[in-house]
Amino acid sequence: MSEIAALPTRKSEDFRYSDIEALSGVWPVAREEIVLADGEERALQIVEDGAAAVARHLVITLGAGARCDLRILTAGPVFGRVAVDVQLGKGADFTLGAAQLATGSETLEIVTEVLHAEPDATSRQTVRTVLAGHATGTYLGRVAVARGADGTDAAQSVRAMLLDRTATANARPELEIYADDVKAAHGCAVGELDANGLFYLQSRGLTPPQAKRLMLQAFIAEAFTGAADEDALSAAAIARLEAIL
Amino acid sequence: MLTINNLHATVADKPILKGLSLTINAGEIHAIMGPNGAGKSTLGYTLGGRPGYEVTGGSVDFDGADLLAFEPHERAAAGLFLGFQYPVEIPGVSFVQFLRESANAQRTQRGEAPLSGGEFLKLAKEKAGLLRMDMDMLKRPVNVGFSGGEKKRAEMVQMGILDPKLAILDETDSGLDIDALRICGEGINAIMRKPDKAVLLITHYQRLLDYVKPDFVHVLAGGRIVRTGGPELALELEEQGYEAVA
Repeated sequence: MSEIAALPTRKSEDFRYSDIEALSGVWPVAREEIVLADGEERALQIVEDGAAAVARHLVITLGAGARCDLRILTAGPVFGRVAVDVQLGKGADFTLGAAQLATGSETLEIVTEVLHAEPDATSRQTVRTVLAGHATGTYLGRVAVARGADGTDAAQSVRAMLLDRTATANARPELEIYADDVKAAHGCAVGELDANGLFYLQSRGLTPPQAKRLMLQAFIAEAFTGAADEDALSAAAIARLEAIL
Repeated sequence: MLTINNLHATVADKPILKGLSLTINAGEIHAIMGPNGAGKSTLGYTLGGRPGYEVTGGSVDFDGADLLAFEPHERAAAGLFLGFQYPVEIPGVSFVQFLRESANAQRTQRGEAPLSGGEFLKLAKEKAGLLRMDMDMLKRPVNVGFSGGEKKRAEMVQMGILDPKLAILDETDSGLDIDALRICGEGINAIMRKPDKAVLLITHYQRLLDYVKPDFVHVLAGGRIVRTGGPELALELEEQGYEAVA
């Protein structure tokens, strides 16, 4: 995939929900090439918690049997886009755990393209989005399984929580399968905090923001479970949640 | 401690409580019994401040304060505990974290110093022991995967930790087997039968009252208290049914 020189428009599917004006300030986006050799294991972490617009584009290639664990926390930027292209070699394993937290008129997006090029590779994507105010949060995730990539196991779990009815969540998990023996699961849900649960927590003395924070902390925890730096990621996410609530 | 005067409440615009009056003094245990649909749970939720339960008339005084003016968390901090008929599952949040934050939220609202981690765990262990509940269960997510009986015992552990002045227990006996019923009953006595505390038990059946002896029994029907008596009234109800007695 070559770098697109011209600023994209919303006609492009990958930028359909983007904030093009904010994007223009950080365009063009440099490709960050990451190559894992056969059998190599690597944990990667992206935390974008500044206020300025930011866009990243990771291109990750995994050799046979390589394992990559990528965690993303986007919480704070007025516009934040993290695009991740992954190509999996035979028996490779890719884990993505991402949380994006937005309020005001912020626009955050995670755009992934995971190509199972060879047999027996696995990919797990877990994306949790919390949106307040007039924020927009988007996940566009394509999983492609090439011809002959039998034994593929690909999962996408995408959930968004709207704290205000004025916020917008977009989720588009996509599967493109050209192999026969493939396990692919995707789940996608957009919802609001459970009112019963909130009352239960408040009836024990938690203030409404505390009750919401506790429930949201549990909601996003799934994105960071098992991460090398799980505690730090959670702490950063909670700090942002407290500011949003 | 609690004075309910001519309380009217609606749920989804439907009148449920229609002029309920009740006074509970410190040191007393009251039981409210009544047929399905009488408004028993509505009374509990209305006193707890659940959204959707709208007070349309009357007043509730709790230790000299207007209870109805308080938000749910403020009612808890003022010393009110609501035991749920159906305790809610909160995936991903451990009991220990939830209860420590709750206890400390109440203490902060009352201007008291928060409990340290060690102080809290000691307290939790003691109260869990009263209800014969393993501390490991409190490390699990709130009510997730708990049986009906375990949920109710966990409610009583919460009550013990939060140490309220007044506990309103909504059908704490439902879903309990004989042993769990006895354990919950003994827990209620140990935690709440004190001169400065009071309990309002909401129940269908007499059986919990074998363990937690009420000072007063009220019959709730059609959104009001239609009869009040001593413990013997519960036995009379059990024998003759609500229609004959109320």
